[in-house]
Amino acid sequence: MKKIKKIKIKINGKLSTIQDNTTLFIYLKKLKVPLKKVAIELNQEIVNKNHLKKIKLKKNDKIEIVHFIGGG
Amino acid sequence: MKADWLKIANKKFNSRLIVGTGKYKNMSECAKTVKLSGSEIVTVAVRRVNITDKNKPLLTDYLDPKKITYLPNTAGCFNSKDALRTLRLAREIGGWKLVKLEVLGDKKTLYPDMIETLKSTKILTKEGFNVMVYCTDDPLMAKKLEDAGASAIMPLAAPIGSGLGIQNKINIQIIRSQTKLPLIIDAGLGQASDAAIAMELGCDGVLVNTAIAMAKKPMQMALAFKNSVIAGRQSYLSGRIQKSFFGKATSPKKGII
Repeated sequence: MKKIKKIKIKINGKLSTIQDNTTLFIYLKKLKVPLKKVAIELNQEIVNKNHLKKIKLKKNDKIEIVHFIGGG
Repeated sequence: MKADWLKIANKKFNSRLIVGTGKYKNMSECAKTVKLSGSEIVTVAVRRVNITDKNKPLLTDYLDPKKITYLPNTAGCFNSKDALRTLRLAREIGGWKLVKLEVLGDKKTLYPDMIETLKSTKILTKEGFNVMVYCTDDPLMAKKLEDAGASAIMPLAAPIGSGLGIQNKINIQIIRSQTKLPLIIDAGLGQASDAAIAMELGCDGVLVNTAIAMAKKPMQMALAFKNSVIAGRQSYLSGRIQKSFFGKATSPKKGII
């Protein structure tokens, strides 16, 4: 049986190991990220939320997920 | 009395008090205080989502962005690049175009870096943002920001969180006299009367966070600020009397016995 390749990525500054070829959509769904309330950056570029299913994560990708919190 | 709207980037607001949502004990206290303040605009920060603890309450659960205008802010950004990145992300969250730009230059005073601020204002305006700009109380810089396309000029009263109140009334009045843009005092107010002073100088509004959130009774202070802003505005619109060094009798002289 072919061994599933794993890759390391960074999400909000923390390392995470995921299966190779995972789409950003599947990954964020697993994390239960409320997509409507966040913005997503992949390697410092803003991701269009309509394209999440088309984006496959690669080794060393850096994802940032942000939302609004209290501030002055 | 005719309606007296605060107009920012073609949006009309009844309240002239903008409040920050930082530094509260919890979200519930924050939401109750905002409600009592009567504010229709709240500043919010853009930060990383807590991926590991999804049960943490969200600001949007307490303050509905459909009912109150969220003003995304770049607090904590010390250069143009970070500020632009933050506001582009903020727009992506839900289409926010009205934003507060704050580029700090010094960690001790939290004074704004006006060179980076001006640069960012130009870029953001070109990208279609309506930028409310936190700035020093320098009339020349205020004019440059206006020329760069700012939607509101927001000079500090005193350093952020200092509670010192308006330190340079003359500069605020000079800025008032030279601009038709909304002029909003942002940062440094300490108590409700400071807001009335700002409004009496002709400012269009005030932005308050620490003075309310860190007061012993934030909700009561929110109400005090609300009333003070209204009082100051009405006082300004009423046209104050001339100052005089000498007394002027209040009662008529005629008929004195």
